[in-house]
This record gives sequence, structure tokens and C-alpha cells, in this order.
Amino acid sequence: MRARGYGESKVKSPGSLICSWEIGIFKQVIPLSTTLTVSMMSPKEVAITINNLTKRFEDVTAVDGLNLEVEKGELFGLLGPNGAGKTTTINILCGLLKPTSGSVNVGGYDVQKRPDKVKEMIGVCPQDTAVFSYLTGRENVELFANLHAMPREKLKKNTEDLLKKLGLLEEANRHVRKYSGGMRRRTNLIMALVHDPEIAFLDEPTVAMDVQSRHAVWDFIKELKKQNKTVILTTHYMEEAEELCDRVGIIDHGKLIALGAPEQLKSKFRTKNLEEVFIQLTGRKIREEL
Amino acid sequence: MNFQRVSSLVRKDLKKMIRQPATLFLIVLFPVMLTLAFGASFGAIGGTQSATYQIAVVNMESSGPYQQWSQHFVENLTHIELLNIQAFSDNETAQADLIQGKIQAVLVIPGNFGQSCDSFWTAPTNPSLWVNTTLQLHLDSGSMFATQAIPPIIQQVLTATLYGTQPISIPTPIQIGSPSLIQASKTTMFDYMAPGIFAYATIFLTMTVAQSFTEDREKGLLRRINTTPTTPTEFMISQAISNMAAALIQVALVFAMAYLVGYRPYIDVVSFTLAFIIVSIFALCNVGFGLITAAIAKSSGAATGISFIFIMPQMFLGTFVGAALSPSAQVAGKFMPSYYVTDALTSLFLRGAPVSSPTILLDLSVVTIISGISLLLGILLFRKYGKT
Repeated sequence: MRARGYGESKVKSPGSLICSWEIGIFKQVIPLSTTLTVSMMSPKEVAITINNLTKRFEDVTAVDGLNLEVEKGELFGLLGPNGAGKTTTINILCGLLKPTSGSVNVGGYDVQKRPDKVKEMIGVCPQDTAVFSYLTGRENVELFANLHAMPREKLKKNTEDLLKKLGLLEEANRHVRKYSGGMRRRTNLIMALVHDPEIAFLDEPTVAMDVQSRHAVWDFIKELKKQNKTVILTTHYMEEAEELCDRVGIIDHGKLIALGAPEQLKSKFRTKNLEEVFIQLTGRKIREEL
Repeated sequence: MNFQRVSSLVRKDLKKMIRQPATLFLIVLFPVMLTLAFGASFGAIGGTQSATYQIAVVNMESSGPYQQWSQHFVENLTHIELLNIQAFSDNETAQADLIQGKIQAVLVIPGNFGQSCDSFWTAPTNPSLWVNTTLQLHLDSGSMFATQAIPPIIQQVLTATLYGTQPISIPTPIQIGSPSLIQASKTTMFDYMAPGIFAYATIFLTMTVAQSFTEDREKGLLRRINTTPTTPTEFMISQAISNMAAALIQVALVFAMAYLVGYRPYIDVVSFTLAFIIVSIFALCNVGFGLITAAIAKSSGAATGISFIFIMPQMFLGTFVGAALSPSAQVAGKFMPSYYVTDALTSLFLRGAPVSSPTILLDLSVVTIISGISLLLGILLFRKYGKT
């Protein structure tokens, strides 16, 4: 299955221009007049390309023939229950895991061939909070800024700005081991973004956060969108995806089963929310799998 | 290599050493407490008490034209306050007393001792004319201090017998490893233990490195660092630098504590610098062992246990403890890198050997080679098996 969120022109044979528009399990062949309208739109730069990606762990197939393109500046949500393959996909995109087959291209570089180039332009917020508990919040953030070799002035400015935006400035000089769970998660997020990455992978950034913190993070993620950053967001929270994402891809058992803008999917499946879209597609609730 | 990345990782590790109580204890407090405890028990706290060792001397050269050499040697031994010399007419009786624990050592002076000394003085620059001989020394293996203390004292007295109190460095028919004289009357048991304590403290880096890597792996921190442009080389260099720094801090602390309890080694700045270098290289060896442990261990708890596979043999066979063990255990000790560190530091601190001494250079070479192999193996195993 090849899923594309935006129209793509394909020249099948000389003189016959057909635009194939595939969303999830649907495929439409659009009349030529419509194709011309689409082709006149300015082409958007692709930030991430996933081609026929498969990842197997012994006898378990975590990702099964995934195809996906994410455009630059897009906030893309990867939805699905636990074990669906979201984190595995993110890990492959970051160069942490090697695919069993297929290829991934991030920021114009093949992740397997040029992981060094990819790592320079990405920021990764892991699902499980990964912070050094014996460092202060500020030291954790500055450490990761240094690992990205940021100039000192920019490092200081970004650290201050992000700590302030996520409400950690006053607590920045306390050791992280004294932080609450929500504060740790916010620190976790800042560490991923302090170096101002072009592409951010946010793996369940708001899980286990209180409502106030979650909304602060949402506002922060919306700001990334305004800065034309490409963001891949995985989440269990359907309302989060609906609130933030330009497009979402729903994954189940390693396969992409639906793709499109939240409103588009809700309209297509005639549902009130994305949770119901998932139920229609799989017959299960997304949270039941938690 | 990016210096900014390496320095930030080193700073992070040094902060960990200071801020994590368990790490702080192993790296800083443990060596301090160990040194103070041993210094208080065996050193000169509250006075300059010296140990006295009962030594049986069996002089096989009781007559002959050269007997004044052996008599002179025995007289010199008698003048050492640390030693209580008892003359025995036969080796069997002396050995019986040694077995019963009445004495700590038996020294057998061979019948050609005087002839050997005389041959040296007759032709000091022509070794082909020398009569080579060997002093037999039997030690009570149950007394770790006797085994540590007595051999270097005998060597020094032998040196003084041949040359007087001013050491010279020319070949002789009797192998002398120590060019300077120990002032035995001020030497305590702790003086013989101190070089081993330097190695002893550093050995525990194996545990801290293994714990650090497994904890960081469990918490996803290694994976997280792996999503940054930091290369494996930069990461490993930062580990090497921070652990070498830890070892240097340990040596400085142990030395300071030892000095407080009256330890006064006969060394200069060059020797002291070399001691730091040897211990730093040894730290790399333990980083390697720590990485091997982390590659095997599934959790930080398991890493603590597995690290003792490397720690215990090095502690018991390679440091001051090893001197009290059986001959076979002492042979096994020669396979421990800590043995060569202790030996080198003993030569520097206790015997006052120069840095160019063959013994020290050999020890340094062995420690360097073992450390290189350990570190390389550790990196390879951790990269292959330890990342997940």
C-alpha cells in the first residue's frame, strides 16, 4: 500500500496524465481537470520518506511494509495502540534501529547511509523520560545542546527561552531527581528541541502529564509548527492528535490503515472523533490496548 | 572529534561522581577511609611504632679467606632496628622454627658469598670473572607484612655491604634491584602496604563504570545520546578521560591521607608523576573491565555482582594482600594488571628506584598492554552486545 497525503502527478504514458490520490485504504482517480488544478500548486518539500519499511524482531513483525511521506513544516501524528509499531518506526527514522527491509530518508539523507547528517538535523523526545537525574534541569538541557555543538550564546538563549516557555525556569537549577513526573517530561521535551532541530520526533510527549502541563506542551508544539518545523508526533490521545496534527496516520499491527487530515478522516468515516475512526477500522478501542 | 561534545560529557561524568552518593563513596570516600583505616592500624598514627621481624641467619661461610664479607653482612643486618637477627648453625633447625611461627624468615648465606663479593671488587668491570651466587630467603607466607617488608630490607643491606651507604648503579654478581637505602628504623608496615592501596582503590572503577553504563542503558540515556551527532569515539574518549581523572583524584586523595598518617616515600617529582601516569593507565584497564561487565550484565544490579569477577582477583592477587598468599596464588597474581601497578609503585615509593629502572619500565609496559587490550575488548563487546 502506498499512502500519499498530497496529490502527486505520475506520467503513466506519453499524453495521458493521471493523478493518483491514495489515502489510507482508499484510492481515487481524479479527472484530468482536477489534476491540472493540483499540479499548479507550488510543490512542497518532502522532509521524510518511508519506502516499504519492514522491521521484524525474531518472529514478531513490528512494522509491516510501511510507506509514508511527510512534508517539510508538517505536523504529522502517528497514532495507534501500544505495540502498533509507532516507536519502532521512530527509532528507525532516528537511526537507532536498522530496518529489516525498505528504506527511510530524513531531510534528504538515507538514514542508513548518512546517519551523521540525519542526527545533525533531528531532535528526539523519547517515550520513556531519559534524563540524567543527578544533573539539574538546566544542565540536562545544556548537555544536549553541547552534544549538538551549539554556539555558546545560542545555547544559553535557547535554554533560557525553552525553560521559560515550559514553565521550568524557576526550577532549572534543581536536580532532576527532585522534579515531579510532569517536570521531568517537560525537561525531556526541551532536551530534544534545545538545538532548534529542523525535524522533531516526539514520542508520546504528553503521556502521564497533568492537564495543565499537557496544554503547555500543546502550545509549545503549535509554536514549532509556526516556525515551519517538521514534527512527527506519536500519541495515544486522539484529542491531542485532532488538536495539533495537520495529518495523522493510524497504524495497527505495523501497517498503516488510515492516512489523512483529522477532519478529512472523520468526514470520510462519518465519525465524531478519531477514536471512532479507529474502532471502525479495527473493531477495537485504541486505549483498550494500553 | 568535537571537543565541545567530549568536554560536556566529561563534565557530566565528573558531576555524577560528586553528586551520586554511591559513586562518591566508591571513588572518593572508600579510598580515603581505606587509607585512614590501614594507616591507623599499621601506620604511624600516635607515634612511630615499628614492626620487628625475627630472622634466622644461617651462615654457611663460617671459615675461609673471604669470611669477613659474610660477617660484615650479618653485622649490617643486626644494625637494622626493624630486624631481630638470630644466628642458626643449620638450616633444618631454622626451618623448623619458621614452620612453627617462631621466626618470620630464614636467610641462608651461601658458602661462596665472600668469594663472590671479593670477585666483584677484584674485577668490578669484568663480569666474566665474577663468581655468581644466590642468597636463599625463606619467608613465613602467613605473615603478609613480613613477606612485604623483609625482601627489600635484605636487598638494601646487601647493597650497603657491597658499596657502603652510597648507592651506585653498575652490574654485580648479586642482583640488587634497589639503588637507595631504606631507613628501616622509621619504616612501618603501612609503608609496605601503601603502594598496593593505590592500586586497590582504582580497581573499583570497574564497578562504577559497569554500573554507570548499565544504568544509562536502562534509563534509555545511551540511546538518547545516540540520537545526537555524538560519535562512539567521542563518547568513549569522554569515558576514558573522566575515569582517568577519577583515578588521579583517588591517587591524590590516597597519597594525602597516607601522608597524614605518616607515610613518607622516598620519591621526587618525576617519580610521583610516573606513579600518576601508571595509575591513570591502570584506570583505562578498569574502564575496559567495566565495559566488558556492562556488555554481559542485563541490569545495573547484575553489573555490580559481575564486576567482582574482575575486582576480587585483582584485589587479592595483585595488591598488598597478594604477598601473604601461597606461592601458587602469587604466580597467579602475575596475571593481574594490579600486580604490576603495585610492583611499580613499590619500586618507586619503597625502594626509591629511578623512573628508568628496568623493573618499572617493564611494569609500565605490561600495564599499558593489558589496559589497551582490556579497553579495546570492552569497547568491541559493549558495542556488539551491550547497547540494548
